Amino acid sequence: MAVDRSDITKLSKLARIQISDEAADEAAKSISDVLALVDQLQAVNTDGVLPMAHPLDAVQRLRADVVTEPNQREAFQAIAPATQDGLYLVPQVIE
Amino acid sequence: MHQFTIAELVKGLRNKDFSSTEVTQHYLDRIARLDKTYNSYITVTSDIALQQAAAADQRLAAGNAPALCGVPIAHKDIFCTTGVRTSCASKMLDKFIAPYNATIVENYLNSGVVMLGKTNMDEFAMGSSNETSWYGPVKNPWAIDCVPGGSSGGSAAAVAAHLAPAATASDTGGSIRQPAALCGLTGIKPTYGRVSRWGMIAFASSLDQAGILSRTAEDAAILLNDMASYDAKDSTSVERDVPDYTADLNKPLTGLRIGVPKEYFGEGLNPQTAAHVESAIKVYESLGASIHSVSLPHTHLAVPAYYVIAPAECSANLSRFDGVRYGHRCENPTDLNDLYMRSRSEGFGAEVKRRILVGAYALSAGYYDAYYSKAQKIRRLIKQDFVDAFQTVDVILGPTSPSPAFQFGSKTKDPVAMYLEDIYTIATNLAGLPGLSIPCGLVDNKPVGLQLIGNFFAESQLLNAAHMFQQATHFHQQTAPGIE
Repeated sequence: MAVDRSDITKLSKLARIQISDEAADEAAKSISDVLALVDQLQAVNTDGVLPMAHPLDAVQRLRADVVTEPNQREAFQAIAPATQDGLYLVPQVIE
Repeated sequence: MHQFTIAELVKGLRNKDFSSTEVTQHYLDRIARLDKTYNSYITVTSDIALQQAAAADQRLAAGNAPALCGVPIAHKDIFCTTGVRTSCASKMLDKFIAPYNATIVENYLNSGVVMLGKTNMDEFAMGSSNETSWYGPVKNPWAIDCVPGGSSGGSAAAVAAHLAPAATASDTGGSIRQPAALCGLTGIKPTYGRVSRWGMIAFASSLDQAGILSRTAEDAAILLNDMASYDAKDSTSVERDVPDYTADLNKPLTGLRIGVPKEYFGEGLNPQTAAHVESAIKVYESLGASIHSVSLPHTHLAVPAYYVIAPAECSANLSRFDGVRYGHRCENPTDLNDLYMRSRSEGFGAEVKRRILVGAYALSAGYYDAYYSKAQKIRRLIKQDFVDAFQTVDVILGPTSPSPAFQFGSKTKDPVAMYLEDIYTIATNLAGLPGLSIPCGLVDNKPVGLQLIGNFFAESQLLNAAHMFQQATHFHQQTAPGIE
């Protein structure tokens, strides 16, 4: 399936990635090329085939509900762009 | 000293022929002198390496050191290393200092292995040529105008140029085996779940697997012994004992059943590459293996299925890079959306953005069933092909990549042409099987890789088959011309 400029605008919003007007046509073309490649899948009959999420069909392990990890907030916030009082700072969200 | 394999280094350190400090300093000197040409390292950790080497020498002197104690290796810059920049070759993480070690890094620390530095790669492991790195492309030591393969191109070039005796790497669609092929090395991608993914920056979580790039299969076996482990911190890690991968290396191949899939010898395969693979088959016959034709009928669907599943998982995994908690943040954001938009747009390169957008498309409302769910069903068909083939054969053999190393820029304009570079390696990741590549000849003075694919957890058998081939041939001993 081919995508056009309006699809690129929508995807850009979904993925939070800016695509400039100049780059939109090229992005539409290269993504359409990738989609043309993957459209080969549509020709295959997969009735009755279960989707495969894990090669060994493993399921999520459960563990005992006990605390195992210590709090490392300071170590993790040391690499944050902006923090204050143990909180991550972002531009004002609520007026 | 840089001619030594890992096996020889282990022996020499134990016999006190040289110290870890001497070996480490020797490699650091070579990197400082020669890596300007190859660009195989993003970060060289000289101080840490020398501290670790000194500590290793003390353990060796005390006489109770683990096997790999004092051996220096390089880590792909996808593995988190405490206190050291872990960039994943992205501007997004250029200033990211990891707050913890990946499990495999921790495993090697416990063994006394010395870290020389962090190797270059395609950005977030997305690429087959190492041209998408924010730190610039890596040069192939065999042909300086050609790519080393990717995404583990820095690890491969460093080992091929003898700037590390071996290196860690990761493989999502061929990122260990294809650079191994293009740089004349041995590269193994273990079974999915064999090696912990904890602390390995995620690209496509259901496909990513860490492994080794080395000069010999014996070295890969020695290194895999300490890399592989069950890890409760990785929910997809498989709870299963790790065997000694060196135990069966010399087992005779008499009776080994090798399957050759006809789908791996079709259109697009360089005829000279094919000829070397045919010669390798004759070597295996002479070693007592029997050769059988097998079919993997869904092979042609592997690349299309991969380019739905990998981008979909990448778009989800890379949503964590939002400019809030770590990584690149844009200047003076006007609001939260502007912060997300500009931080991500400035931090990611073109190929990463393309895959995020493709993934967002495949997962978006109305398309999920047509793309993602469909690809997951095809994935099961691809796995079933292998399950059927392994009913009658032990190992599957074919080329690793369709042709030898190609020139810079020759595929960058056409992503689909670049994606087809991994046409023989991707199915293994989709199926979760172990695979390795070993050198089997030269075309135009550039290496050709032979791929061996094994059944689930058959790493020992693969390494045995590779080691016996290397006992009978000399291809793995060839060094790129001009390497001192």
